[in-house]
Amino acid sequence: MSTIETPDLSKAPAANGDASTAKPLLELRDLQVFYGAIQALKGIDVTVREGEIVTLLGANGAGKTTTLRTISGLLTPRAGEIRYGGERIDGVPAHHVVSLGIGQSPEGRRVFPMMTVTDNLLMGAYRFKKVPQSDLDRVFELFPRLKERRSQLAGTLSGGEQQMLAIGRAMMGRPRLLLLDEPSMGLAPLIVAQIFSIIKEINAGGTTVLLVEQNAAQALKLSDRAYVLETGSVLVSGTGEQLLADPRVREAYLGEGAGG
Amino acid sequence: MNLNEFWDYLIPGISLGALYAVIAIGYTLVYGVLQLINFAHSEVFMVGAFAALLVFTKIEPSNPSGLMSVGLVALGFAVSGLAGAGTAFALEKVAYKPLRVRNAPRLAFLISAIGASFFLTHIAGKLFGRDPKPIPDLFVNKKVFEIFGARVSVLQLIMVGAAIVMMIGLDLLVNRTKMGMGIRAVAQDAETAGLMGVDINKVISRTFVIGGLLGGCAGFLFGLNSQVTYTMGFFPGITAFAAAVLGGIGNIRGAMIGGMVLGIVESFSAWQFGDEWRYVSAFAVLILVLMFRPTGILGERLGRTA
Ligand SMILES: Nc1ncnc2c1ncn2[C@@H]1O[C@H](COP(=O)(O)OP(=O)(O)OP(=O)(O)O)[C@@H](O)[C@H]1O
Ligand SMILES: [Mg+2]
Repeated sequence: MSTIETPDLSKAPAANGDASTAKPLLELRDLQVFYGAIQALKGIDVTVREGEIVTLLGANGAGKTTTLRTISGLLTPRAGEIRYGGERIDGVPAHHVVSLGIGQSPEGRRVFPMMTVTDNLLMGAYRFKKVPQSDLDRVFELFPRLKERRSQLAGTLSGGEQQMLAIGRAMMGRPRLLLLDEPSMGLAPLIVAQIFSIIKEINAGGTTVLLVEQNAAQALKLSDRAYVLETGSVLVSGTGEQLLADPRVREAYLGEGAGG
Repeated sequence: MNLNEFWDYLIPGISLGALYAVIAIGYTLVYGVLQLINFAHSEVFMVGAFAALLVFTKIEPSNPSGLMSVGLVALGFAVSGLAGAGTAFALEKVAYKPLRVRNAPRLAFLISAIGASFFLTHIAGKLFGRDPKPIPDLFVNKKVFEIFGARVSVLQLIMVGAAIVMMIGLDLLVNRTKMGMGIRAVAQDAETAGLMGVDINKVISRTFVIGGLLGGCAGFLFGLNSQVTYTMGFFPGITAFAAAVLGGIGNIRGAMIGGMVLGIVESFSAWQFGDEWRYVSAFAVLILVLMFRPTGILGERLGRTA
C-alpha cells in the first residue's frame, strides 16, 4: 500500500516543507451540503496532500462531522466537488468509497457493540475477500490493549478502548486516507496523548490523515496543516505552526482571553 | 394429569412450535436490520403453501413409493421455499424500499405492511378460490414410533426435522459466514456497516429472501398438517410474531425459543382448558412474560445504537 510518491520515509513527523509539495490526495472544492433547508457547509475548499496530517478545527456545529460524512459518501453535496486522487467521488455511495481506500473512524466511535473486538476488526476489512493475519497483528501491535481484549464484546469496552477499536477497525481496511472524527473526545489526558502518538505512527507508516479535533493545541502540534471552520465556512487555514501563532485561533480554541 | 395424554399433547405442541419458530425467524431477521415489523410475512407463509398446493394438484401423486415420497417432499420444500423467497423479495422492493429511499416516517411502513398483507391475502382468495383445500398425500402419514403411548407420525418428524435443519442452517449462516457478519453489522449499526463497505440494500434484500424462504417452507409444512386457504397466514403469523417478541425481537435464537414455547403452551392449553383457549393462553403467556421482561426472553437493547 505504500506508493512510490509517498514521502513516508523522509518526512519528519511535524510540519515541514516535504508534504506541502506532494500531490493532492483529496480536494474539496466549493463544497455545499444541506440538511433539508439548513445549509451546514457553505462552500468550503480543503486540500489534503499525500502523506499529510491535516486537521479540521471548529466550534460545535461548525460542520466538521458533516465534512467527513460527505467525503465518505454518507451525505451527498448539493454543490461543489470532491476529488480523490484526481477523480470525482461526490455522490459515490459509502460502501464504494471505502473500497477506494478511504477509511473512517466516525464521531462517537460507533463500534458494533454486540460483536467481539476481533469481529469488529474483521468488519473493518469487510471489503477484502481474505484477511491476512498480519493485518490483525499490525493493529494489535498499534493497540496492544485490543489484543488483550480481543474476545470481549465491543459494547463492554471502556471509552478509550472503543476509540482504539474504532481507529484499528478503520486501519483494517488498509486506507490510503484515514478520516478521524474527534478521536480524543471524552478521554483522559494520558489516553489522549497515546492516541495522538498512534495517529503520528499511522501517518509515518504512509497513511494520509484528515483529523477533526476539539483538542486544538495537541492537534495543531501534530498537523502539517489545518483549517478552522466557522458555521460552515473556512475561517483560516495554514500550517500547524501558523495557526498555533494566529491570535484568532489562540483566542477561540486555545483558551486564551482577548487580552492574554 | 395423565402421563399418556401429556405426551399426546406435547408432541403436536413441539411440531407446531417448530413451525412457529421458523416463521418467527422471518419477523425477527427483518426487524433486526430494518426495525420494521413485516406484517405481510404471514402472507409469504400462505404463498408458500399455495405454491405446494398448486404443484401437487397438478402432479396428483397417487400411492407414491417411499423413494417417490422423499422426492415429492423435497420438491415441496423447493417450490414453497422459492415462492416464499420470491414473494418476500418482491414485497421488500414494492412495499418497503420506495418508502426507505424517501425517508418515510415509521407509520408509513406499518401501513404499507398491513396493506401488502391484505392485498396478498385477497388476491390469493380471488385467484385460487376461497375454500380450504388439502395438499394431496405425498406419503403415508403412518406412525413411526411411540413415546409413552403417544404416536409420532411421519409428518411430525418431518416438521420437527426440517425446522431443526433450517434453524441450525440459519444460525450458522448468521454467526459463521461473512454474509451473516454483514447482516449482524447492519442490525447493530447500519450506517457504520456502510462505512465498512457493506452494501446495506443488498443485506436488507437478503434478509427478506432468507426469511421468505423459511416462511414459505413453513407454509408447506403447515398445509400438509391442515389445509391451504387464503386466510391461513393470519393466526400462525400473529402467533409467530408474538413468538419473536416473546423471545426478544431482533434476536434469532430468541425467536426459536419463543416459537417452541408458544407452540407447546397452545397445545397444552387446548388440552387443559379446551380447544377454544388455544390462542388465549398463548397470548396470556406473552403478556405475562413481557410484564416481567419487557425486552423478551433473550432480548436486550444493550448498546444498540439505531
Ligand atoms: N442530521 C442533521 N439534520 C439537521 N441538521 C444537522 C444534522 N446533522 C448536523 N446538522 C447541523 O449541521 C451543522 C453542522 O453539524 P456537524 O455535526 O457537522 O458539526 P461539528 O462541527 O461536527 O460539531 P461538533 O464539534 O459538535 O461535533 C450543525 O448546525 C448541526 O446542527
Ligand atoms: Mg462533529
